[in-house]
Amino acid sequence: MNKVIITVVGKDTVGIIAKVCTYLSDSGVNVLDISQTIVSGYFNMMMIVDMSAANKSFAEVSEQLDALGDQIGVSVKCQKEEIFLKMHRI
Amino acid sequence: MINIGEVIETNQMVERENLDVRTITLGISLLDCADADCGRLNEKIYNKITSLAKDLVKTGEAIENNYCIPIVNKRISVTPIAVVGGSACRSPEDFVTVAKTMDQAAKEVGVNFIGGYSALVSKGMTAADENLIRSIPQALKVTDVGCISAYLGSTKTGINMDAVRLMGEIIKETAEATKENDSLGCAKLVVFCNAPDDNPFMAGAFHGVTEAEAVINVGVSGPGVVKTALEKVRGESFEVLCETIKKTAFKVTRVGQLVAQEASKRLNVPFGIIDLSLAPTPAVGDSVADILCEIGLEHAGAPGTTAALALLNDQVKKGGIMASSYVGGLSGAFIPVSEDQGMINAVTDGALSLEKLEAMTCVCSVGLDMIAVPGTTKATTISGIIADEMAIGMINQKTTAVRLIPVVGKGIGETVEFGGLLGYAPIMPVNPFGCDAFVNRRGRIPAPVHSFKN
Repeated sequence: MNKVIITVVGKDTVGIIAKVCTYLSDSGVNVLDISQTIVSGYFNMMMIVDMSAANKSFAEVSEQLDALGDQIGVSVKCQKEEIFLKMHRI
Repeated sequence: MINIGEVIETNQMVERENLDVRTITLGISLLDCADADCGRLNEKIYNKITSLAKDLVKTGEAIENNYCIPIVNKRISVTPIAVVGGSACRSPEDFVTVAKTMDQAAKEVGVNFIGGYSALVSKGMTAADENLIRSIPQALKVTDVGCISAYLGSTKTGINMDAVRLMGEIIKETAEATKENDSLGCAKLVVFCNAPDDNPFMAGAFHGVTEAEAVINVGVSGPGVVKTALEKVRGESFEVLCETIKKTAFKVTRVGQLVAQEASKRLNVPFGIIDLSLAPTPAVGDSVADILCEIGLEHAGAPGTTAALALLNDQVKKGGIMASSYVGGLSGAFIPVSEDQGMINAVTDGALSLEKLEAMTCVCSVGLDMIAVPGTTKATTISGIIADEMAIGMINQKTTAVRLIPVVGKGIGETVEFGGLLGYAPIMPVNPFGCDAFVNRRGRIPAPVHSFKN
């Protein structure tokens, strides 16, 4: 497993999840979990994905999701899971 | 599995509360570069630094991108140059050539700072040590990213007062040599008591002679994160306050641990220590003074400041120790003036004096840091301030340091601008009474009684 956390933050609009998931599907990235919430009026979505079968490198996916986020008008961030595990798990 | 609340918390720390990895510092041993010929010495030093550190910046950037955590600086520390250059450098001018080489090598690999142009003289000075110290003003004049330190005393050795006296003069000369830039050279020059061998922070970083060939040391920082956490427990008991600081320090240190392990793995260099320091920057919300205010003070410097800082420093260490097995000796809260907007405000409003800062250094992680004083301050007065600070370190078995900037041409009430992470500072008044006869005595202050532990 090569778990990566993708977060999408911004103004809610139609098709955010669809567009991100289409991109992930085309890139061979498997979605393991999705959750979302509203924080201070902003749409926050978190996806846990597995990139072990991805047909692109982490850097490419990260860059392309960032560009996709710009198109939709939201911020999309890709982070390896370890930073959250380290900080929140003993 | 990680939940969305945890992800949001981490990302808010980075985006809104200035959580960052302050530095990945690659320590490099230059002991094998020693040579009797100055030209060959310089060549070996250049080649070693540029080959070992060639991927440091690139690796740091890759880690930043993988975790979306800013790594503000990439730095290099090397073996104290007075040791490495002892046989080749016969004069201060010879040592300046090494300073230039280090500066060029650092620029070649793209790091922000290089430290280790240092002399370890806590008990006595060799001829090489003295030559290096005398070269400091010129070295700081002709280099851009080089940082310099001198180790003047320790609990085990006492205080080398001859070196303290000399450093007072050298600090004045450095201020004069770099007066076109508001005496900026002094901002890259620090003196220490009980200096750690594995400090990742500048200006005091050097790669101790007991260290391995190369080592990765990481400094993390997050005053804003602690401040935000404390905002949620206003009015609560000391127990709740301490718990909150500890938990936050734990989380911040774990990020440093991750970055250190990754950097170590990718560069194939062993991991040394993590220094969890609340190291402020001039950015709003990245202030240690603001934490002290959040703990309950009207201003940093008010009565209660030393106690609040002692508490903060101790809890930061306790949280950090739980988070990593290799926590560095400087972990705690730094209290530089020019690099902390809250401290600057406290000085401007008359809440914070040099004497109160000295008291605070008894319980903070280092010492008197980034304090601008009038350019007319006498060399012996600067030596007196250094001696006081070294004594605090020696007696309390802690690291202390002094980084004073006597700004040529400026007086009390004026402001000096250093730029970048170094910030700006109001010129602070210094006690006008002299200590010449004390400083001009020869020799050293003996080690204190509690150093006899064998």
